Amino acid sequence: MNMRNDLSIIQDWLKPNSRALDLGCGDGTLLAMLRDKKNIEGYGLEIGADEITACIGKQVNVIEQNLDDGLSNFADNSFDTVIMTQALQAMRAPDLVLDEMLRVGKECIITFPNFGHWKARWHLAVNGRMPVSDLLPYEWYNTPNIHFCTFNDFEVLCREKNINTLNRQVVADGPLAAFKDIRPNLFGETALYHLTR
Amino acid sequence: MPDTVATHSVGIVSPQTFHFDEPLVLASGRSLSQYDLVVETYGVLNEKKSNAVLICHALSGDHHAAGYHHEDDKKPGWWDAYIGPGKPIDTDRFFVVSLNNLGGCNGSTGPGSTNPETGAAWGNDFPKLRVRDWVNSQVRLADRLGIYQWAAVIGGSLGGMQAMRWSLEYPDRLQSCVVIASAMKLTAQNIAFNETARQAILADPQFFDGDYLAHKTYPKDGLAVARMIGHITYLSDDAMGKKFGRELKSGSFEQGKDNPVEFQVESYLRYQGDAFSQTFDANTYILMTKALDYFDLAREYDDDASKAFANAQCRFMVISFTTDWRFSPERSREIVNALMDANQAVSYAEIESNYGHDAFLLPNTRYEQVFRQHMNTLDLNKASS
Repeated sequence: MNMRNDLSIIQDWLKPNSRALDLGCGDGTLLAMLRDKKNIEGYGLEIGADEITACIGKQVNVIEQNLDDGLSNFADNSFDTVIMTQALQAMRAPDLVLDEMLRVGKECIITFPNFGHWKARWHLAVNGRMPVSDLLPYEWYNTPNIHFCTFNDFEVLCREKNINTLNRQVVADGPLAAFKDIRPNLFGETALYHLTR
Repeated sequence: MPDTVATHSVGIVSPQTFHFDEPLVLASGRSLSQYDLVVETYGVLNEKKSNAVLICHALSGDHHAAGYHHEDDKKPGWWDAYIGPGKPIDTDRFFVVSLNNLGGCNGSTGPGSTNPETGAAWGNDFPKLRVRDWVNSQVRLADRLGIYQWAAVIGGSLGGMQAMRWSLEYPDRLQSCVVIASAMKLTAQNIAFNETARQAILADPQFFDGDYLAHKTYPKDGLAVARMIGHITYLSDDAMGKKFGRELKSGSFEQGKDNPVEFQVESYLRYQGDAFSQTFDANTYILMTKALDYFDLAREYDDDASKAFANAQCRFMVISFTTDWRFSPERSREIVNALMDANQAVSYAEIESNYGHDAFLLPNTRYEQVFRQHMNTLDLNKASS
């Protein structure tokens, strides 16, 4: 996956001078970019010690907080946008996280890996084993990714919850990436959803 | 001074006394017509006067935060683990100012000093102080040193309260505020511990209502018990268990023997209490614990912490420790939530440690990393004017 591409799509979706909360903000790359390029006031939540130190080094506001404990310390609509990149599949209750994101933020942006990608299907169908790839380099027993879904699964959840999709982008790499727009659930590696209630 | 640590130490330091003649009006309405502040500094103030860092001490701290007073000192200053060449508060880069607060008992004007109006020791009549009084006296000290804006005001526990008060009262005079193991106000349980400690002092027949100096005596036993109570709350259950368990210092539980038994933890606490009561002043202990109890960051801001922090202009770094139950992580998270609500720049780290509240004084790799990283981001090219 082309991470820079991923982040620049997110950047385009955010309004300048707005307020953003990044759940699982990693080393703060996205928040630093949003601050420098769009003057966005941001806070990141993170639990990784090295990631937190990296954020502090970039002067990115980072708060040590476990997302599985919820977002009850944030008021309704207290952020313009709540962002979560590549972490939904590691949440204990992804559906509740999604509800919380849309409570705290007026809009939310969410990105996750597609378990319906042809490589994953191939891995399971031919090898009969759980997919292991560059993007998801874990064995089934030690993976932090405990709730995989496909693009279609996610869209069913959004429909059930009456969540509106403002934008959707699919990102893919490799030889068959060109087909991602025709059959996203088969050829897309990562999806970016821009959602609102 | 041990040879092995000398390279990372500020070395031999000596305190200076600054005398102030301009009366200081206190939160209580009383005022101090003149007073002394005892100060230690480490490192060199740069030409722009932009690299100064203020250390605010906690309940029993003083100006001696780093280095040694004599070659044969066994112990360095109370925060030597974090102040020195190459340490998080790097004295190769920063000019560090550490003072004994007013009301203290290590050289700054306090209950043991002479009241110029009576010619006798202040004793019980020394004005009650609040955190903002300390901040106001620290402002005078900054002015005397020619420092307008601190690169950072830093404090743990009661020191963190001073640092936060700085950010509200003198918002343009600090670039960053480092609040460690602190709280916006004490809980009822926390006040209860302080009151129990104070009652131990008051119950000592040698206390004489605080005028023990006039009676040429000292409430040593009461102060020792006060410290023992405090000490228990600064450690975690786990740390005490690991350090002492149920080990016996003397005696045994052998059947048929009627000998006195002493647990290690009893002996340790008594030793700590004794050592403390020989160097600390009982009236200062009462004054400092009351200042802790009275502090309420948002009292003057309609009890709304976000509204209080709306005035701040600095960047905040908030740090807590997992097993600290006297100033728990929850209290620090309240600070952080209020800061985020007020749209202030803040980062927060919750450091894994077994050492309870005392952790803020002790070496800890992750605490050092976070602290150092924050200090590294401070801009020392901003002129302090």
